This record gives sequence, structure tokens and C-alpha cells, in this order.
Amino acid sequence: MPHKPPTKEELEERKIVGIKDETITHVSSSDFPGHYPGEDHSWDIESFRRGFSVEFHQNDPFEASFSLIGIDASIANAFRRIMIADIPTLAIETVFINNNTSVIQDEVLSHRLGLIPFKGGHEGLHNFLKWWRKPTDESEINNSYYDNNTVSLRLEIQCEHNEKAAAGETDPTKLYKHAHVYARDIEFCPVGRQDKYFSGADTIAPVNPDILIAKLRPGQEISLSMHMHKGVGSDHSKFSPVATASYRLMPVIKIERPILGRDAEKFMRCFPQGVIKLEKVTKKEAAKKGSGYEGHEGEDKAVVADPMRDTVSRECLRHEEFKGKVKLGRRRDHFIYLVESTGQWESDAIFLESVAHLKKRAQDLEKQVQNMVR
Amino acid sequence: MARTKTKKEESVEPGSDVVMDEVPTSHQPESRDDMSVDEDENDEVEVEDNDAEVEDDVQRVRLLPGSTPTAASFEFLNEGHTLGNALRYIIMKNPDVEFCAYAIPHPSEPKMNVRIQTFDSTTAVEALEKGLRDLQELCDVVTDQFVVAREKFMAK
Repeated sequence: MPHKPPTKEELEERKIVGIKDETITHVSSSDFPGHYPGEDHSWDIESFRRGFSVEFHQNDPFEASFSLIGIDASIANAFRRIMIADIPTLAIETVFINNNTSVIQDEVLSHRLGLIPFKGGHEGLHNFLKWWRKPTDESEINNSYYDNNTVSLRLEIQCEHNEKAAAGETDPTKLYKHAHVYARDIEFCPVGRQDKYFSGADTIAPVNPDILIAKLRPGQEISLSMHMHKGVGSDHSKFSPVATASYRLMPVIKIERPILGRDAEKFMRCFPQGVIKLEKVTKKEAAKKGSGYEGHEGEDKAVVADPMRDTVSRECLRHEEFKGKVKLGRRRDHFIYLVESTGQWESDAIFLESVAHLKKRAQDLEKQVQNMVR
Repeated sequence: MARTKTKKEESVEPGSDVVMDEVPTSHQPESRDDMSVDEDENDEVEVEDNDAEVEDDVQRVRLLPGSTPTAASFEFLNEGHTLGNALRYIIMKNPDVEFCAYAIPHPSEPKMNVRIQTFDSTTAVEALEKGLRDLQELCDVVTDQFVVAREKFMAK
């Protein structure tokens, strides 16, 4: 029997993960050679290029949202995982406490300091700064810090009475000087060539200057110095360049039979705002036999406006009146990413870096495999 | 590199079927046995550094014993689901590959195994190399299209 090539509708249908009221169907991708007899699904860069597209929804430094369309979940997930765990950032790694008479314990204070996200000149952060590696010989540790692998910071703060405070003042921030220690009180101490890369607007500074680190009372003091190193999220999440990097699949809502009048309004309310809109049934539609619109001219009908905003709550499947009229699903190859940067990288740059990182990993391993065979 | 099952590996004739029981899921190097726990931990910290830095001198991929030219298992050090699943997908897209799967034999060992069985038209090593090459090509396309889409969006 000669093989019939799949129709366009069939190809679209294959990409849909079905969502029923209690179950899901067609979860795994089937675009592998040998899956459909007579069809060629082998890897071809040109057909991938043709089928692949990117769509931006938002591009701010702290939040970017975009869609990758026509890519497999395994690749999309690799990008997501790399963004979270493998893109290096600079964070406080060691805290040397000279004096800490505040009520917050040394180790808790150190932990809080470590989690503060910092920003600085991109050239310096990404190219000039290299990895710091702990020497195998502990006694050599003081010879391992260089201007291109360690950034020094200092935090020196004392709390005192404020003589100018009004009598009867109860607000500690007015009653005392430095009652609150904020991230902006951290001072960057450039050494060597760091002046060149991290000065002016490019200086190393907390992304959010208003992060509260500790609270003090008169007579209490915090005096410490810190070392920052480059690290990756797989070692400690403080090194992760993203607050979150996630994706979801594009929702698909298919209204198979007309939903009209008050049902349409109820249907609209089953979804988040903006997903479904109401339109009037036109004369032309009402005249068409078998469309389900006959005799309903001028009535409201439910129309899918923006499926991307749907949360796929399946609420519409719980109601008897919509049974058989609507089909829910998700597009298996349409990934809507949301990348929220912590501030050291631009959100879109984090994604590009993750792609470059995956390429580099594959490149390195290709060499390794050739090496292994040799 | 230490291989504990060298004997069995030799007994496998090329092209013959492999008895699955004889293929170990993972191999600890023998030299590890006489290491203390502390040293082991240190080792891991360093290995993570290696992962991120350019360090080509450490061999991270090896062929597991019991492999034949068309049916082989590879052990990757310091790789996980990130590369494992992506690589599995791209190798499965190769029409000359009969079977491909990856596994992480134990969550606290930084190892990832890839099993590749091919038809006679290619070998497992070739399929692996092609997979890694295809993955690089894919990354280039994604970068290109992403940059174009971003420019278009920012121009708006």
C-alpha cells in the first residue's frame, strides 16, 4: 500500500497534548524516524530552521518572556536547566568577621550576605573575572586571590544615638544612627586592574540597595570584609543568575460547536480575563446551513481571543452545557519562557548564554569522544 | 583507567549480542576504594570547578565494558539530565539508530550513561559524534533566530 503523506490538519493535531476533564493524552513527542511508516523524521538542520521560530512577548532587564516554537521538550528543558544551574555569576563566598556585636549570629549574617545579588560592569564580570579555585594545599590559600578571581567588599557600621532626635521619638531609625544595616552600606574595595573594569556606573554594587541585612542598637557594631567569587547555581543557588526561569506549553482551546447566548457568557467566565471574547453572530453565519448558528443572528457567541493567557484550569469541562463543544489542549512544541534575572545579567542575555553553554558542552564532549576512540 | 571487568569485555566478540547482566550500570574507579570520605568530598568540589572551566586534559567519556561497535554504552562524568536528555533526543532523530536511552545510575554519583544501538549502516560512536555535532548546529539556529526576533521586538 503506498503511503499517503499526512495532511496539514493531521500534522497540527500531532503537536497537541490532549487535556480531558480528568486525564491527559498524547504526552510524548512522536517525531522520530520509524514512528510513522513512510515518513522521514530524521534530523535535518534545514527543516529544523524552517519549523523553528522565536516570538518575544516582553524584554526587560529583569524579566523577559518569549516563545520558542518548533523545538523538542528535551532541548527546551536543557536551556531552562542551564539558565538556572550553569550560568556563572559573582556572589559573596567568604565572609571574614572582625567584629559582630549585633543580635544576628555570624553564620546567619554571612548567609544573608551571600544571598545578596550584585551587579557590575559586564566586560569585567563576564570576561575579566575568572574562576577562583581553592588550592589543594590549605596553606597556599592566601596566594590564590588575584584581582581577576576575587572581589573584595567591606561592611563597617556602628550604631549610635542620634543627638538631634526629637524628644519622645520612638522610631529607632530616627532615634539612632545606622539602626538598620542595608545592602547599600556594603563598600566595594577595588584592587589591581579592577579599577579599570568596575568604576563609575560599572562599579560592583548590590542590585537592590534597600535589602535589610541586620538591625543594630547603640553600641553594637558590625565590622567585616568579604570575598566574592564566580560560581554556578548547581553549587549554590546564590550563584543562579535567575530568580526563576520557567516555561509552559501554549494552551489550545478549540470550540467545536457554537456556544451561544448566556452559555457563551458563562463559558467566558470559565477562563481568565481576555482568553474568550464575545462576538455577535453575523447574518452570513446564521444563513449557513449546518453551522449551528441558524436562527441565532445577533446573539452572542464565544470566540477564542488569546489562548496564551489561559491557565488551563479545565473549569469549562466541569459544566454539562459545554460537553462536546470544546476541546482543550496544549501545543507540545510551543514553549512560553519566563526568565526573571536577579540583576547581574540581562534576562535575554541569560538565555543566549544558555544556548552558547549547551553548544560549548557538546563541542567539548565531541572532542572527548574523539579522544576516547583514539 | 581502572576497569574491573576487563576479562569479560575481551570475551565479547565484535558483533555478538551482549548479555545485559554483564554490563555494569556504573563503575567506581578502583583507586577510589582506599580514599577517605573527606578526600572524596574535596574531589567533588574540584570536579565541579573543572566542569565550568576549560579543562580538556581530563577524559570524561568512556566506553563501558561489554560494548560492541553497533551497541555501546558510554559513561559521561559530570553530566546530568541537562545534556543527557538533549543528547538522547538528537541521537534518536538519527535514522540509523535503533535505540538510544540515557540513565543516571545513582543520584549521588556525578555520572550519566548513554546507551546507543545502531543498525549496521553506522556505529554507536559515530552516532554519538553525529548527535553532538547536530546539537551544536541546533544551538546556532536557536541563537540566530532568537537574536533576529529580539531585534524585531525591540524595534517595535
